[in-house]
Amino acid sequence: MARLILRRIAISIPLIFVVSMLVFALQSLSPTDPAQALLGTGGTQEQLDALREKLGLNLPLWQQYTNYMAHVLRGDFMSSYRTGIPVTTLIADRLPVTLALIILGVVVGTIVGVALGTASAIRGGFFGKLLDFVSLAGLALPNFWLGLALVAVFAVGLRLLPSGGYVPFTQNPVGWAVSLVLPVAALSLGGIATIAKTTRESMLEVMNRDFIRTLRAAGLGGGSIIWKHGLKNAAIPVISVVNLNFIGALTGTVFVESVFVLPGLGSLVVSAVNGAEIQVLEGVALTFTIIVVIVNLLIDISYGWLNPKVRAA
Amino acid sequence: MTAELATATSSVDLRTADRRHLLRRAVTFPPLMIPLSVLLVIVLACVLAPLLSPYDPLAQDLLHVKELPSALHWLGTDALGRDVLSRLLFGGQTSLLGVVQALVVLLVVGLPLGLVAGYFGGIVDRAISVVVEIVMAIPSIVVIMAVLSVVSRSMLAAMVTFGILGSAGLIRIVRATTIAVRGELYVSAARVSGVRQGSIVFFHVLPRIAGPLIVQMSIFASIALAVQTGLAYLGFGIIVPAPSWGGSVAEAAQLLAANPFLLVPSGGIIAITIVCFAFIGDAFRDLTVSTWSASSGGQPSRSDLRRGGSRLVAAEAAQSGGDDGGALLSVSGLTIAFGEGDRATTVVEDVSFQLRRGEVVGLVGESGSGKTVTALTILGLLPASATIRAGSVRLDGVDLLRLRERELRQVRGSRIGLISQEPMLSLDPAFTVGNQLGEIIRRHDRGLDRRQVRARALELLEFVQMRNPADVLRRFPHELSGGMAQRCSIAAALAASPDVLIADEPTTALDVTVQAEILELIRSIQQRTGMGVIFVTHNLGVVADLCDRAVVMQRGRVVEQADILTLFAAPAEPYTRQLLSATPSLVEIPERTARA
Repeated sequence: MARLILRRIAISIPLIFVVSMLVFALQSLSPTDPAQALLGTGGTQEQLDALREKLGLNLPLWQQYTNYMAHVLRGDFMSSYRTGIPVTTLIADRLPVTLALIILGVVVGTIVGVALGTASAIRGGFFGKLLDFVSLAGLALPNFWLGLALVAVFAVGLRLLPSGGYVPFTQNPVGWAVSLVLPVAALSLGGIATIAKTTRESMLEVMNRDFIRTLRAAGLGGGSIIWKHGLKNAAIPVISVVNLNFIGALTGTVFVESVFVLPGLGSLVVSAVNGAEIQVLEGVALTFTIIVVIVNLLIDISYGWLNPKVRAA
Repeated sequence: MTAELATATSSVDLRTADRRHLLRRAVTFPPLMIPLSVLLVIVLACVLAPLLSPYDPLAQDLLHVKELPSALHWLGTDALGRDVLSRLLFGGQTSLLGVVQALVVLLVVGLPLGLVAGYFGGIVDRAISVVVEIVMAIPSIVVIMAVLSVVSRSMLAAMVTFGILGSAGLIRIVRATTIAVRGELYVSAARVSGVRQGSIVFFHVLPRIAGPLIVQMSIFASIALAVQTGLAYLGFGIIVPAPSWGGSVAEAAQLLAANPFLLVPSGGIIAITIVCFAFIGDAFRDLTVSTWSASSGGQPSRSDLRRGGSRLVAAEAAQSGGDDGGALLSVSGLTIAFGEGDRATTVVEDVSFQLRRGEVVGLVGESGSGKTVTALTILGLLPASATIRAGSVRLDGVDLLRLRERELRQVRGSRIGLISQEPMLSLDPAFTVGNQLGEIIRRHDRGLDRRQVRARALELLEFVQMRNPADVLRRFPHELSGGMAQRCSIAAALAASPDVLIADEPTTALDVTVQAEILELIRSIQQRTGMGVIFVTHNLGVVADLCDRAVVMQRGRVVEQADILTLFAAPAEPYTRQLLSATPSLVEIPERTARA
């Protein structure tokens, strides 16, 4: 187990550097001169040179990168050239929105998916058909389109839920929950599909194993056999899919936040691309990477909990 | 060497034959041909858009804006009166082109690297694998966004980036398949006989990879299309009046309140195309799996927990068996079939025998004789594909076959216990021995608290003569030896002191010395508890050693049953004699006779 976690961390550190270097290298290719952009059109050549000097843009690229990373390691993600707002502030303001969205999206996807997959493995019939339908829909409908369709039906048509916008939890918990219903639904459908399919396959395999028969022969009830012994043994492939869904949700959130006008990291990225604000992009890239690293670690730990053989390794 | 080469050539021939066969099957495989045809129609329609589309995609008709489908505009018009159908046909060009760009990059990057890693192995493989692992953890969207911010929002750049990032997954699959193919006889034979590496990879490895490669590429295409349309929806890589599928969704979003129908054509075409890609992948997987692997037998039937397994079909189940002659357990006229209707096979036919209190009955026969099926029927644990056609299983006069699942649960464990064949497989690998044993103990005696449950578990393990029982409670099944695991299984079966113990080949999977220990344990438990034991085995030596009486089964029928001395001294049936003569170890009988 310790080895597994160490290995994960050993992969994670280069990961953070690879992503930050990648984004940083891309910056140097950019036709936009940050100093020029900051100064606007009115500045003189002297002012421009002074600003370039001040921002360290005259240094070789690798030196710019090490300077940047030195700041990052001290928790300073620099400031937006355009607005002067520190990137850490921008991210801290928006992180709760995105975290709420992706965590709820993945959790809802997992719970519904596991329930549906288990039901269709044990009962088949109606649940099997429902699962086939959901997995087809989850596969076919891109989440931005699904989000719009949900808005058309539940916000514009039935007027049950808001079509977009965000209410902070601290302001109004109920409003917060209501504002997240449609975005979470749009984000989680794909996950429900993949989780349900994996759960069904894995459960069918586990239910045919000898120990299930032994437990039944000992008089244990269906509930314990399915939900305790069945699910725990069937969980490992499902957990791998949860991991993939988390990474997928980071992509999904960019589109879903845009559809529902949510002030999260996804919409921050979109506006940063439009404004060519590389500091902001770099900051979000690192934040996303750190989220991935944390999720991977949690997933590895859960493997250990689920499979005692892994724990011993 | 020559012989090896001959094998190699013939197996190569086999492969080419298989490949031609695969192609023929592919053409006549509807799950592949239907999505492929639909996709072809969509692609052709988009490519031929200049010829097919009824209007210029940019032409505005301000007299007909936001219209629903009509004879004039088949899919309606948008906010500027532009024809939706024409915009989708032209828009498909950029969307599908984006998918093609990503696929080409995926293939160009992923295939060679995967082949190299899998074929050559060693340090190259390790280096590639580490990079793959890192790339797979990169949240691709931010890299794509960074690229878009730099390369003047070019869709080509975004799709190329997506292809590169996605190639990590392809490398993994190509590598794994290459490693598998590389180890096969005909490939190593070709290598030994000096065929050039390049041509081995090209002629022998590549064809085998084609299947998984196409599967992976179809899945990737469906994701690439979702990403491409998503980026276009966000307004990246498309210059505004130009049509694109994602852009059409964005235009529909502007009119959500006025004309929600506009969402349908754009979403519909995106969904249909994505599904086609995905279904092509699925179909190819089905095709290649059944072509390359011989073991394409039927799916194992789903174990039907809720319904409690098999159904009792025949109402004519022997009502006449009232005279149990004081037997504890009485099986009479039992007939069981697998499968449905015409394809049903009878595996157990008119089987009857009895078990008295304190008696050990051997159920003997070769594999396939129906002895295990008979034993499992007693516990109501037949797979769902089995049907009980006739007969009864009476425990103290109550017919177990007529009980419902809930009632059967009261019988299992507390009246009848089971020890099964593979001790390592019959314990749940995810829980400690203590946890499993504890759960079973609590199931039968709900009043116990934590400490009492633990004490009872320890007592059970001591009863089955386990060394270090306290330590074993904390262990997981994979930390036990086969003999220890079987002792745990026996302890679990004894948890509620059943009257009947069914032992289904409990020693077959164990080492010889451990076998003797376990047999001795079962004998001593039987003597201490006085319960009835049904001992299922193919080993007549064990029967002679342990049983009072034996029921000999062959092809689902009872051929002979008698007490052990009669059976061994004067077997009535030819089959029994045959079995006896095939068991050399029966010199033990006199010893047993003396003790009996």
